[in-house]
Amino acid sequence: MLTIDINDQQHQVDVEADTPLLWVLRDVLHMTGTKFGCGKGLCGACTVHLNGKPVRSCSLPISAITTAKITTIEGVENNLSNASTAIAVKQAWITENVPQCGYCQSGQIMSAIALIGNNKSPNDEEINIAMSGNLCRCGTYKRIKSAIKTASNDVGEK
Amino acid sequence: MDVIDKPIIENVSRRSFLKGLGLASGSFVLATTLPFGHIAMADTAKHNALNVFITIHANNHIDIICHRSEMGQGVRTSIPQIIADELEADWSLVNVVQGMANNAYGSQNTDGSSSIRKAFLQLRQIGASARYMLRQAAANFWQVSIDECLALNHQVSHQITGKSLSYGQLAELASMMAPPSLDTLRLKDKSEFNYIGKKLASIDLPDIINGTTTFGQDIQIPNMLIASISRCPVIGGKVKSFDASLTRKIKGVKQVVEIGLTPGAVNFHPLAGVAVLATNTFSAIKGREQLEISWDYGKNLAHQSAEYLAKRQSLVQQPGKICRDEGDIGNAFKQHVKQVNAVYTVPYLAHAPMEPPAATAMFHSDGRCELWACTQSPQRARDTVAKALGLDKDQVLVNVTLLGGAFGRKAKADYLVEAAILAKAAGQPVKVVWSREDDIQNDYYHAISAQYYQGALDDNNQVQAWLSRTSFPPIASTFKKKAQSQGKFELAGGFADIPFDVRNIRCEHIDAPAFVRIGWLRSVANIHHGFAQSSFVDELAVAAGLDAKDFWFKLLGDNKNVALNRGGFKNGNYGASAKDHPINTDRYKEVIELACQHAGWGKEVPEGEGLGLAVHRSFLSYVAVISHVKVLNNHLQVKKMYCVADAGQIVNLDRVEAQMEGAMIFGMSIALMNNISIKDGQVEQSNFHDYPMTRMAQAPEIEVTIIESDGLPGGVGEPGVPPVMASITNAVYAATGRRIRDLPLNKQFSV
Ligand code: FES
Ligand code: FES
Repeated sequence: MLTIDINDQQHQVDVEADTPLLWVLRDVLHMTGTKFGCGKGLCGACTVHLNGKPVRSCSLPISAITTAKITTIEGVENNLSNASTAIAVKQAWITENVPQCGYCQSGQIMSAIALIGNNKSPNDEEINIAMSGNLCRCGTYKRIKSAIKTASNDVGEK
Repeated sequence: MDVIDKPIIENVSRRSFLKGLGLASGSFVLATTLPFGHIAMADTAKHNALNVFITIHANNHIDIICHRSEMGQGVRTSIPQIIADELEADWSLVNVVQGMANNAYGSQNTDGSSSIRKAFLQLRQIGASARYMLRQAAANFWQVSIDECLALNHQVSHQITGKSLSYGQLAELASMMAPPSLDTLRLKDKSEFNYIGKKLASIDLPDIINGTTTFGQDIQIPNMLIASISRCPVIGGKVKSFDASLTRKIKGVKQVVEIGLTPGAVNFHPLAGVAVLATNTFSAIKGREQLEISWDYGKNLAHQSAEYLAKRQSLVQQPGKICRDEGDIGNAFKQHVKQVNAVYTVPYLAHAPMEPPAATAMFHSDGRCELWACTQSPQRARDTVAKALGLDKDQVLVNVTLLGGAFGRKAKADYLVEAAILAKAAGQPVKVVWSREDDIQNDYYHAISAQYYQGALDDNNQVQAWLSRTSFPPIASTFKKKAQSQGKFELAGGFADIPFDVRNIRCEHIDAPAFVRIGWLRSVANIHHGFAQSSFVDELAVAAGLDAKDFWFKLLGDNKNVALNRGGFKNGNYGASAKDHPINTDRYKEVIELACQHAGWGKEVPEGEGLGLAVHRSFLSYVAVISHVKVLNNHLQVKKMYCVADAGQIVNLDRVEAQMEGAMIFGMSIALMNNISIKDGQVEQSNFHDYPMTRMAQAPEIEVTIIESDGLPGGVGEPGVPPVMASITNAVYAATGRRIRDLPLNKQFSV
């Protein structure tokens, strides 16, 4: 049994120590907002926050995070440290009507929240660097970029 | 075959089956059978409980069925949007219900960019019928003429007394009305549209941003096992023997099941392999890695894509089978010595939707098999599963989840069959999870192709002769073993359907055997044909010393409708008539003109930069793209793309723009990076590191313009893709003088 902290809740899970966090979330805890896209850290669909930093949960063995705080798309708005950023980002996603199929979007949103949490007004270059680990096969990049700018303006004003 | 062309609309509010659906009495329920099916389907519909399209509840809420699959194109918003508009419903009270596989819905096959263009009128009729019946109900209640009853924004009012009743209040009364005759039904005038043509937010948006959607990969059923399958890497191969003793030692692994080879054409049969079933995905994957499998690869082990392509390149330079022949091409080439010729190639391409395929199956105690899957084609999936398991069609239930992208991949039902076979073998529910590697290596690939173009110009730089040849393994090979000849629909995809004002035209095609599973990928044969055609027009323009835009206009000739069938070629025109959807040169010119205006065509650009123009009609829509590229130290950057589309009457402007934005990125991935190569019958790529996609840092600025058009609705999901590739290579030529005829561009440039 391992104990992990997801969205400020303690969970006891009975899995092998090398099991990636992604599969614990999806198969054991049935939190399927975090998506499987490549399993190799190449697409960002599985992005969650580890102590506030964006990480690829498909490449993170569960044994490595027993002392960390994990935040997922399901809980990111309730996480005190970045709740206002999360709300602003999600609102901007609505304003720009960003998603197409939606599959990559929880990962995109988690990366965007981490970016803005760290840098209130990222420029194009900083957005490119922070977001290039997140693939969108539907090609919503233009709107993701606009939404990040909209959200950073909102956060900046507060 | 009797084809019905009108929906059959039935008031089923009083039917007993509704009790089973948990509907409160007093609801007004319209069922329908959409056309594009056989009369026989209408009969079954009468006995079918779930072909409900609209339900108006006493509490004012309205459920509208979406019978097509949502894969990012916005269909779960646009179909209800059409019905709600004609119904005069309040959009905030509309709830969308996903339709299960059911023949009454007509074709549910969500491909060919067909959902709106084929059903626009019928969906409007369904909404308008419901509105009429609500008005009739109110008229009866007030004992006045229906002509005095106006339906507006979810209520009917009597224009003389000012009395009004909400749709919810009228639901029970309307449930006793007969549907109106479709011949006399008045549809809204365009000026009266509330929702059609407007930007409505996608109905799934709130769930998507909160991570609460359900895709095929997300299905959870109690007592379910998860399967990871090691499939034979060579098509037609099978398992010789395997040893699973190490696999069985992995914690969580429950069963190991061999899947045999289905003889005959590849069809949607599962590939031969060994499945590892475990309590979680990671155990299944780990167990699979421990399998020792000895494969019998079969004959396709000999397939090498590089050699195959070289052979196609040489074959297209020799005569092939003629599919269109006008004038006397031989004579024209003798007379006009100013000639250009070129060979173009596009490699195999994989679909790689963001969500790898997944399907879940379980058997009910009465023997019925129920599935949940991200499928584009639930009816075909149901029939395929039934056949594979020896069940009746009505013993197979297919639930459609959201699709995390599809692009044609999820129209193939192989993964649903895998789930059903394994659920049966395991005796408990099974979810089959494809990994990214499975997806890249076991796809139904877009065909590898070579094309030859030859043109002759006269002294006025008028094209006097146009010869084109194409060779690629046809989609028919997937369904018929040894099929080698390209289908009419493939040849009509941007090849033999060219609209040019040229007296001597010949189009030829050359047989090509298939050694992998061939499928249809977003815009199908228009991908390679669009690339070659717009590249070759650019090459002719250069040879003529003319500006590409001027040359396109010259080649298109006068404004006119071009005959569909020319030179012996019967152009299927995507299933539409010449009357509804003529090939119109004016519409080509309009998208070119506007794209040129937006891009500032002809302007000076800095050294190392260039603009490239391409235009293509596919799925009845016209799209022009201009790309602006920069090449510095052999690094290629696409700076900006201008896209102008005429897709006829559109339903949701925002989603149409989004589809075009996405098509730019999709086409750019094909132009710059996508390449599936095959060595010894086996795909060499495996994941996004060696089958890369456009990423944020590469993504150009995109400017999309949708023409306000009075034409009937054309396709939207696919037509944006075909012009993209040549717009980029033509821009590369403008920037560097280097003509790239073989995709992808990363063989020549860093990208
Ligand atoms: S699934 Fe983790 S990065 Fe792709
Ligand atoms: S929205 Fe479909 S992959 Fe990004």
